[in-house]
Amino acid sequence: MTLDTAPPPVKQVRRERPTPPRGPGGASRWARRAPLLPALIFLIVVTQLPFVATLVISFMRWNSLDPTNRGFAGVDNYLTVFTDAGLRSSVVTTVVLTAAVVLISLVLGLGLALLLDTKFRGRGVVRTMLIAPFLVVPVAAALLWKHALYNPSYGLFNGVLTWIWGLFGSQNPPQPEWISEMPLSAVVASLVWQWTPFMMLILLAGLQSRPMDAVEAAHIDGASPWQVFRYLTFPHLRQYLELGGLLGSIYIVQNFDAVFTITSGGLGTANLPYTIYQTFFQAHEYGQASAAGVVVVIGSMIIATFALRVVSSLFRDEVRS
Amino acid sequence: MKRAWKPWGAIAWIAAVVFFAPVAWMLLTSLHSEPDAATNPPSLLAPITLDGYAEFFGGTGGISPWPPLINSFSASIGSTLIVLLLAIPAAYALSIKPVEKWTDVLFFFLSTKMLPVVAGILPIYLVAQYAGMLDNISFLTLLYTSMNLPIAVWLMRSFLAEVPKEILEAAAIDGAGLITILRRVVAPVAMPGIAATALICFIFSWNELLFARVLTGVVAGTAPVFLTGFVTSQGLFLAKVCAAATIVSFPVLVAGFAAQDKLVQGLSLGAVK
Amino acid sequence: MWKGKTMTSNRRKAAVAAGAIAVLAATAACSGAGGGGAAGDSQSINVLMVNNPQMQDLQKLTADNFTKSTGITVNFTVLPENDVRDKISQDFSSQAGQYDVATISNYETPFFAKNGWLTPLDDYIAGDAAFDQQDVLEPIRTALTAEDGKVYAEPFYGEASMLMYRKDVFEAKGLTMPEKPTWQQVAELAAQTDGAEPGMKGICLRGQPGWGQVMAPLTTVVNTFGGTWFTQDWQAQVNGAEFTEATKFYVDLVRNHGEAGAAQAGFAECLNNMTQGKVAMWYDATSAAGLLEADDSPVKGKLGFAQAPVVKTESSQWLYTWAFGVQKASKKADSAWKFISWASGKDYEQLVGSQLGWSKVPDGKRSSTYQRPEYLASGGTFAKQAETAIKGANPDDPGVQPRPAPGIQFVGIPEFTDLGTKVSQQISEAIAGGKTVEEALAAGQQEAEKVAEKYRK
Repeated sequence: MTLDTAPPPVKQVRRERPTPPRGPGGASRWARRAPLLPALIFLIVVTQLPFVATLVISFMRWNSLDPTNRGFAGVDNYLTVFTDAGLRSSVVTTVVLTAAVVLISLVLGLGLALLLDTKFRGRGVVRTMLIAPFLVVPVAAALLWKHALYNPSYGLFNGVLTWIWGLFGSQNPPQPEWISEMPLSAVVASLVWQWTPFMMLILLAGLQSRPMDAVEAAHIDGASPWQVFRYLTFPHLRQYLELGGLLGSIYIVQNFDAVFTITSGGLGTANLPYTIYQTFFQAHEYGQASAAGVVVVIGSMIIATFALRVVSSLFRDEVRS
Repeated sequence: MKRAWKPWGAIAWIAAVVFFAPVAWMLLTSLHSEPDAATNPPSLLAPITLDGYAEFFGGTGGISPWPPLINSFSASIGSTLIVLLLAIPAAYALSIKPVEKWTDVLFFFLSTKMLPVVAGILPIYLVAQYAGMLDNISFLTLLYTSMNLPIAVWLMRSFLAEVPKEILEAAAIDGAGLITILRRVVAPVAMPGIAATALICFIFSWNELLFARVLTGVVAGTAPVFLTGFVTSQGLFLAKVCAAATIVSFPVLVAGFAAQDKLVQGLSLGAVK
Repeated sequence: MWKGKTMTSNRRKAAVAAGAIAVLAATAACSGAGGGGAAGDSQSINVLMVNNPQMQDLQKLTADNFTKSTGITVNFTVLPENDVRDKISQDFSSQAGQYDVATISNYETPFFAKNGWLTPLDDYIAGDAAFDQQDVLEPIRTALTAEDGKVYAEPFYGEASMLMYRKDVFEAKGLTMPEKPTWQQVAELAAQTDGAEPGMKGICLRGQPGWGQVMAPLTTVVNTFGGTWFTQDWQAQVNGAEFTEATKFYVDLVRNHGEAGAAQAGFAECLNNMTQGKVAMWYDATSAAGLLEADDSPVKGKLGFAQAPVVKTESSQWLYTWAFGVQKASKKADSAWKFISWASGKDYEQLVGSQLGWSKVPDGKRSSTYQRPEYLASGGTFAKQAETAIKGANPDDPGVQPRPAPGIQFVGIPEFTDLGTKVSQQISEAIAGGKTVEEALAAGQQEAEKVAEKYRK
């Protein structure tokens, strides 16, 4: 179970799959390791040591608003974490949010990439316009959606509805309260808007690396566009879809800006990062928040291990067949 | 091949307009006065004013946006450079001359990216406090480096893996040293990939909010933190916020538009070469 | 093979990239100094404050007035309310000392002081006759004094609550607002004014999650309905009969005749609805009145002001003040006091009045404000109403029963930030129609009971 073929969109992985060094150990092994060490050590110091501290704090009774009452708490914090309904529902929210955003933006991104792969007037302009959402700073995007688009009294969406209804002489346009009526969808929509261009870029890269001779040969053989897509394009794109899915999941699981800005965690949209943030910085339950953090770390390690292996084995089957 | 593509062009244009509309709306709103920005139906043709931008640049007595913008630039560019310095050798050791068990190492790099940032933020805050590094842009730069390093190593590894082995061997037989090989064989092939990686690192650093919110204060605040300060719980702020959002997004928009070919090329490197 | 044509173009690319990196590196190196400088010396202080309009005015006036006369530079960090609270409690609880002065409120002051995070101000007050501590309104002065009898913060502005309504709309409909309305009367008036003008709703009430958002007005309604968060012996009462009745009333009222987007509407949204003529009434903090009567407000002069609606209590109270506290870890307490003395002082009100207009004065904290003829001339309609409401506030007795902790529209315990926020999210969901009030309060009761348990021990 190795991961070499898993993540990167590399075409000819087989050929230059590296062989582990053999033979004389010692000096030569360390010479190989040397370029790796700075990055490795840096990462261990900056990301792993804090988690050791988190682990220690998770066994402490520590609320910074109550400084006199600090001490060893045993597993109390973990008991609280596992019995906390809010935390449980935030796990579900996180899963739903991530899955929805990743899947929808992958599908939309695929559609847009296929469109951009055709020839038409102003393709460069269209691509530039489509990339724009990804380049808006996320917190700016969240503010934009919350205040300038979703706002029920002066947001663009309801403004456009008023305008359209006004065209037909109606004085009573529907004025949905977007965030209140569909809070999670509102967050999902703003994130899909931001991430679709990213998926599109990755998939476009995949499309442009397609072996065109095979596609042309298929056309000459009388294959329909659907058949070309199904049997040539899609299998080729598969690794790019996986790459997009993986990268997207990594970032959206951790999303904080959109939830914090758009709903302040209300209306059932509090995801894990937000809930833990709230426990840290509003409840100031340092011990409890750390315990939640530790549980989440362990959980995501398990899921990540599975996900990576499933993805990598899928890809290997693809190559073999 | 070019027969029936017409409708696709039209659909693509419609999609582009839909996706671009919020950005266009942001730009338009930023050029309106506060009352015009908050009407229903929208006042598309309201008079254009630069008040929102004047407010942002401190023309009306507010705080100057330059320190946060400069902070964002130094943290993003600084961390991107350190990331490249660390990631390229590491990627080399994972692809061209791989260490033993390199897949496990790569997995370790990636796995750090899956840990929730928020779970580690308290110890980081405490360390920063005791080391006197709170509100310090260098500390933030280091954190951004660690945030982007895994992805950079991962992307760079796949780019370096593209360097054909025969050429490397041939160069080695010709007696070329490591530096020469890196410069003359590896770098040219990997350059679009390096550019794409650098751009992605820059964007993610520039966008970061959580660390910046928690760890900075008076002097080291970054542009996104500054931006959130424009939302007030009392009074109108829409035009101001849109102006601020536009300016804060501007460097990323420019870099992204300019480098979009590099980005596609970098991500599809396997096939381009 | 690798020395072919592509090599040349690649080499050029590499050179360009290297050049670009060099330029970027130089930029980064030069910019390192950005923003630094003044923070270290004793002639500058760091102030963290909420970005309400009054504070933004303060920010604009500081350099030309305070810094000019004292030579002390003030570095401001202004953030939205939720962000600023997180940051303040974080900086103060760890005594990181990044900020010398921060805007805290009568909610935080008592327990911040108890935890030893604030510098007592009594010596400064005693040595600064011009500041005139006795001029500060009594309920606010008391609310900023801790258990040990020392003063730990000075108010920038203060507020109670009142009912604001559109006189013109009421006249057109032939309705009159009683001087002391009951909530039932208000609900009736809301039904009658709903749709009085196209797109106009009856009343604006906050529905946004946050202990300082929906929880503030709702808790005052609970108080006057006879409910409470906790009994004196720390029994949680969130699903109690009165609490439920009050919440149902509030949620029904806002769902039937309230503003659009109620579940996301906070102070800012309601202010906007009122100025844009989208609601006929608004129950909220008195500090809104000055904003509604500002020179550029479309509803200026069209407003009437009534006492906060009641049910079982004689009056419905509310007391809130944004005040300046000095962090214990600050090494610049002397400079910090000079700043506070200036910003909370009488002369600052005069300065704002003459430079920015009298409706923008940070009011609601000093008796002398309500004796200024210029101020009364501009805010005459609401000034008296607000003054009476603030003076009538008694944080120790806001409802019908004795309470275990002080506080009117909040419970004065550190846990309330978290508790209030969690319950507010439930209520907000009920306002959005996602769950019933009973469900929301049942969940809220569980959270409240967890807190109560800690105190019963």
